Amino acid sequence: MILDRTITLALRFYVALVLLLVFAPILTSFVYSFDANRYAAIPWGGFSTKWYAAAFADPDVAKGFRNTVIVALSSSTIATVIGFATAYTDYRYRFFGKNLYLALALLPPTIPVIILGLAMLVFLAQVGLSGELYTVVFCHVVYCIPFAMALIRLRLSQMDPDLEAAAWNLGAGQWRTLREVILPFTFPAILSALFLTMAVSFDEYAIAWFVSGFNETLPVRILVLLQREVSPKVNAIGSIVFMISMTLVMLAQIALMVRKPRRQAG
Amino acid sequence: MGEPLLILDGVSKLYGDVPAVRGIDLRIDAGEFVAIMGPSGCGKTTTLRMLAGLETPSDGEIRLRGRRMNEVKPWDRDTPMVWQSLALFPFMSVLKNVEFGLKMRGLGAAERERRAMGWLERLHIAAYRDRQVSQLSGGERQRVALARALVTEPEILLLDEPMSALDAHLVVHMQSELKQLQEQLGITFCYVTHNQSEAFAMADRVVIMSQGRVQQIGSPREVYRTPATRFVAEFVGANNILPGRVRALSDGLVEVETAFGCLRAKAPADDTPEVGRDVSLVVSADRVVLGREAAAEGNSLPGTLIGEEFVGAVVTLYLDIGRETELRVQTQQHNLDDLDLARGTRLVASWRPEHSVILPEG
Repeated sequence: MILDRTITLALRFYVALVLLLVFAPILTSFVYSFDANRYAAIPWGGFSTKWYAAAFADPDVAKGFRNTVIVALSSSTIATVIGFATAYTDYRYRFFGKNLYLALALLPPTIPVIILGLAMLVFLAQVGLSGELYTVVFCHVVYCIPFAMALIRLRLSQMDPDLEAAAWNLGAGQWRTLREVILPFTFPAILSALFLTMAVSFDEYAIAWFVSGFNETLPVRILVLLQREVSPKVNAIGSIVFMISMTLVMLAQIALMVRKPRRQAG
Repeated sequence: MGEPLLILDGVSKLYGDVPAVRGIDLRIDAGEFVAIMGPSGCGKTTTLRMLAGLETPSDGEIRLRGRRMNEVKPWDRDTPMVWQSLALFPFMSVLKNVEFGLKMRGLGAAERERRAMGWLERLHIAAYRDRQVSQLSGGERQRVALARALVTEPEILLLDEPMSALDAHLVVHMQSELKQLQEQLGITFCYVTHNQSEAFAMADRVVIMSQGRVQQIGSPREVYRTPATRFVAEFVGANNILPGRVRALSDGLVEVETAFGCLRAKAPADDTPEVGRDVSLVVSADRVVLGREAAAEGNSLPGTLIGEEFVGAVVTLYLDIGRETELRVQTQQHNLDDLDLARGTRLVASWRPEHSVILPEG
C-alpha cells in the first residue's frame, strides 16, 4: 500500500531528524576539530590535525587524560565487583529490610550530581580525604555501583532458579558454585557493566570538578579550558572523549548481545 | 536385606507455620525403584528436596546407610537429582555438563572425559558431546541431565518430575529405558511425579501422598486394587465409591447396607470393621461387568446408561444407578458387542464380592 509506504518513510524521516538533533552539536564539534581556522566559521578553513597535536602537547591535557584513564579503570573495576556482590545478595537472600537495601543501592544516580559532588566534597574534606586521585575514584565508585548492579541483577533474573542448587547437588560448595556457575552465567553482564561504568566515569565532570583538587580529569580540564580561552583544542579533546565513551557504551551493548541467540533457542 | 538404604523417620517440614510435610515414615531398600506420587502441593517435592539436602527437616530424622543426614550440606552428600527444569548449565557443552560432578570431586581431565563419554555413549548422546545445551531437543536434554546425575555412580538417584517437559510419545519410550537402566545399574531411584501411569509403569513401590502425609505405600498393583484410604481410591485408577454401613460379617466377606441395596465386599486383612460402622465400598471400574440381567451371585446394581467414552480399545460407560450417583464401567470394546448401547437402555452392573474392598471411612 502506498499509504503504508508513506507512513514508513515519514517515520524514518522523523527518526533521522531526532538523531540529527541529538548528534548535531557533537558532530559540529567533531567537524571543527579538524578545521585549520582558529575560530569556528563557515566556510571551513581546510583539513588539519594541528589542534589534536596541540591538545596532546599541552601537559595539563596529557595529565588530565592519564588521570581520567586511571580513574575510569579503577572505579569501573571496583564498582563492578561491588555491584555484582550487591546484585547477588539480592538474588540469593531474603532478609529484613531488603527493599530499603535495594532502594539505597540504586539511589546515587537519582541525586543531582551537583548536590552529590558538593556533599562528597564536604564529607571528604571533613575526614581529610579530598583532593587526591583516589578521592575521585572513591566518588565515581559510589556513582557507578547502581549501573553495574542493575545490569548484573537483570542477568541473574534470567537464570534458572534451580541452576545454583543443581551445582550444589553435584558436589560444588557455595564458593565453587559462584566460580563455576554464577560467574560464567553472569559474565556477559559483568563485562557490560565494566564497559558501561567505565564510560560513566570517563564522562563524569561534575563530581570530579568538586573533589579532584589539583588532580583534574579530562572533562574537568575541558571545563577549565573553556572558562579561560576559546581554543579549537577543546573540540579535539571533546571529540576524543566522545569517541572513547561511545566505544565503551557500544562494547557494553555488544557484551550483552553475544549470548542472546543461544538463550532464545533454549 | 538387613538395614534399608534410606530411612525417613517421622520427617516433617514446616515453612513458617505452614506444614508441607507432616511426619513421614518411609524405608527404601537398595536397588528399589520408588515413586512418590500425589497432587501438586502434597509435599512430594519437598520430601525429595530434603533427601537432597536442599531443605532441612523441621522434625524427624533422615538416615542414609545408618548415617544421620539432616544437617549434611547438599554438596557433601552424593544424592544427585534430575530436575524438573533439568537445570543444565547453559554456558557449557554437553560434555562439560556431564563432567561437572567429577570435576567437583577433583578428578583429572582425562579420567573425567573418559567416564563422561562412557555415560554419553550409554545414553546414545555421544555425538552431541561438543554441542551447547540449547542446540538439543527435549529428549536429548533429558539424557544429558540423566548422564550428568549418574556420572558419579551414586547409590541413589533423585528424580523430580523429569518427564513433564517431554512429548507424550517420548515419555513412554523414556519410561522403559529408564526402568531398564535402573535395573542394570542396581541404583535406587526415588522418582517424584503426579502422573499415575509414569509411576505405575516404572516403580516397584508407590508412595501416595496427600496434604503432607503418606496415604499408602505398596506395589502399583496393591495400590490400584486395594486402596487404603478414600483419597487413594479417588486419586488412583477409576474407582466407584459407595457409602454404606456394615450389616454383617461372614466368611471373610463384609455385607454393606448401601442406598442401592445390600452389597458384599472382601474384608480387610488386618482391620475387620465391626457391625454398624459407616464404611465405603470401593469397586474398580474395570471389575464391573455389564449385562441385561443380574448375575446369579455377587453384587448387582441396575441402572440406566447415560454416557459413553471411547478411547481406542477401552470403553468407559456411565450408568445412572439412582440417587444422583453414576457408576463407572471400564471394559474392552469387544465385550460389549452383543449389548444395545443406546442412551437410556436399562442394564445391570455386577461384580464379584472379592473384587471390591472396604474403606474404614463413611
